[in-house]
Amino acid sequence: MVAKFDLTDTSVVVIVGTGAGGGTLANELAQKGVKVVALEAGGRYLPEDYVNDEWESFGQLAWLDKRTTSGDWRVARDFSGLPSWIVKAVGGSTTHWAGASLRFQDHEWKALTNYGRVDGANLLDWPIDGAEMAPWYDLAEEKMGVTRTGNRPGLPGNNNYKVLEKGALALGYTEVNTGRMAIQSIDDGSRIACKQTGFCFQGCKWGSKWSTAYTEIPLGEVTGNLEVRERVHVAKILHDGAGKVTGVSYFDADGKEQTQMARIVCVAGNSIESPRLLLNSASEMFPDGLANSSGQVGRNYMRHVTGSVYGVFDKPVKMWRGTTMAGIVQDESVHKPERGFVGGYELETLALGLPFMAAFLDPGAWGREFTTALDSYENMAGMWIVGEDMPQATNRITVNVDQPDQFGLPSPNVHFSDHPNDVAMRNHAYQQGQAIYQAVGATRVFPTPPYPSTHNLGTNRMSEDPKKGVVNKWGQSHDVSNLFVSDGSQFTTGAAENPTLTIVALAIRQADRIASEMAAGNL
Amino acid sequence: MTQHEKRGLSRRQLLSGAIAAGTTVVVGAGFVAAPDAAWATEVVALKPETMATLVQMARDIYPHDHVPTEFYVLAVKGYDTAETAAEIEAGIDALNGAAMGIGHASYVAMGWERDRVDVLRGIEKSAFFQKIRGGLVTGLYNQKAVWPLFGYEGESFSQGGYLERGFDDIAWL
Repeated sequence: MVAKFDLTDTSVVVIVGTGAGGGTLANELAQKGVKVVALEAGGRYLPEDYVNDEWESFGQLAWLDKRTTSGDWRVARDFSGLPSWIVKAVGGSTTHWAGASLRFQDHEWKALTNYGRVDGANLLDWPIDGAEMAPWYDLAEEKMGVTRTGNRPGLPGNNNYKVLEKGALALGYTEVNTGRMAIQSIDDGSRIACKQTGFCFQGCKWGSKWSTAYTEIPLGEVTGNLEVRERVHVAKILHDGAGKVTGVSYFDADGKEQTQMARIVCVAGNSIESPRLLLNSASEMFPDGLANSSGQVGRNYMRHVTGSVYGVFDKPVKMWRGTTMAGIVQDESVHKPERGFVGGYELETLALGLPFMAAFLDPGAWGREFTTALDSYENMAGMWIVGEDMPQATNRITVNVDQPDQFGLPSPNVHFSDHPNDVAMRNHAYQQGQAIYQAVGATRVFPTPPYPSTHNLGTNRMSEDPKKGVVNKWGQSHDVSNLFVSDGSQFTTGAAENPTLTIVALAIRQADRIASEMAAGNL
Repeated sequence: MTQHEKRGLSRRQLLSGAIAAGTTVVVGAGFVAAPDAAWATEVVALKPETMATLVQMARDIYPHDHVPTEFYVLAVKGYDTAETAAEIEAGIDALNGAAMGIGHASYVAMGWERDRVDVLRGIEKSAFFQKIRGGLVTGLYNQKAVWPLFGYEGESFSQGGYLERGFDDIAWL
């Protein structure tokens, strides 16, 4: 029985976004008997709707609303209107993610303490740590069915993984395996086991990969406590004279403006839209934007130190066959400053189809240097770099008052420039990645520039001190007690790991906190 | 003649009156075709010579010797409209002008790819070049019929994925 709540119902929790954070929070609260209205900008697509064709799927799922870019990152030049590759759909970017589910390492929760001050970086310790998060990670891994946790075996390695593994072992790396993945490796009565189909980025047509679209959301809906409204775009969070939020205004699927009242509002629109919504919710009482007394809303935008390495061999690899992220090398994800940078990075296999390889291998390139690379497409192996980038106050989301979106709302600008630590880390990773492929006979290697961001983090950071961040250790606004941030924008620092598992663990924990505070009459 | 067809007119009918435009296509009245008449395409808004030059330009931007010319034709065919014709004619005029400036009769008259590429390098910052190049990224590489020429297999869901079909079949490592 799917719930239907009244626009004037002041008892509901409104969640903006249904991805890893919002979708998980919605189900967790619904399971606890809390009434939830989840507002989702995109439509509902399920495995039968996903299209295993890169450009067609991109048109179906990608967030393509007006955005602008600035800064010295190459994305601003090559993809000026597309700073990120994330999803507008029920389930958010859990539709698109590859499934890598890694816990933060203990030292990464306390980056300022463990790395020390880094010039130009706005490092800060999280107000929580690995011990605090361990039980929530346990719950997240169980919920998502993460391989190599619990009793779940790892996935089998595909061709792309085998090349990575052999090269990595030849270099002396030891932490090499098929990863901790939220993709079913066995038939245990839940989701079906992975069929090695490829196209993890386009939505898993088997439903083997965890996505809130077909796990959390329907589970929440059957409780009768969750209503998901699709194709509605939240414009503004509303508040009363006491500075408490009272609801949200949004444009419904017909473009009509509506107001939904709320007891609590949770923002989970990913790290570009979430700060944008807070900034666009500025009022007389909060002239710099809601929850922004610290001035940190929109700042410290992080996207991980990324980049890819492709290697060409004299014989076929067929990297597109099987899971996209099929394996990992973790030896470099340690903090070892003698390498010339703080923090660490993971190397994970990645494969693109021919259409996306043509677009992303070396954007803008042409001529035979480029086309001979594609001529060897069948003989390519590929990996992706995921490393900790430095939060910088000047890397930030702002709003373009003079460049409205389709609803007339100021559109977001994403400003990003690499920190010298990011550049040093990327260069190290390029070198190691190329060495891995050369160790197994690569005839040519390509250090490929970062794609539009898939890991968008940090723009409503968590902090102990209300002056240094936007939310407290529960993701609760320092300024507005019934306003929460529930996505990756609450990350204080980014760590080296793919962020989804941590977003989910934080959402489970936040749901527990919200429900208990509601029960205690504090919210 | 249909817009793009592999058969139709006889080779003799097609090629009578056609003249070679570079090495990859011939042009006739209202059409361009393969020198062996394996395919032909009607031109409605552009001059046939312009289409022929555009096809050569496309091949010089993304040269794949194992990809037949008809795929390049399909990749640029969308510019043959009343809306885009003026811009394309102007761009190709400029391209020919650059070739003539260094003593060649036209762009397609340059026999060596390196000479044509030199001319392209000279205009690569132009909006015209970037439009053609950018359009080719999807126009050429997103043609499903091109994928097998690169070994790419496309979707596998309809065949049950690769679990039983070689996801880990690498034998040379």
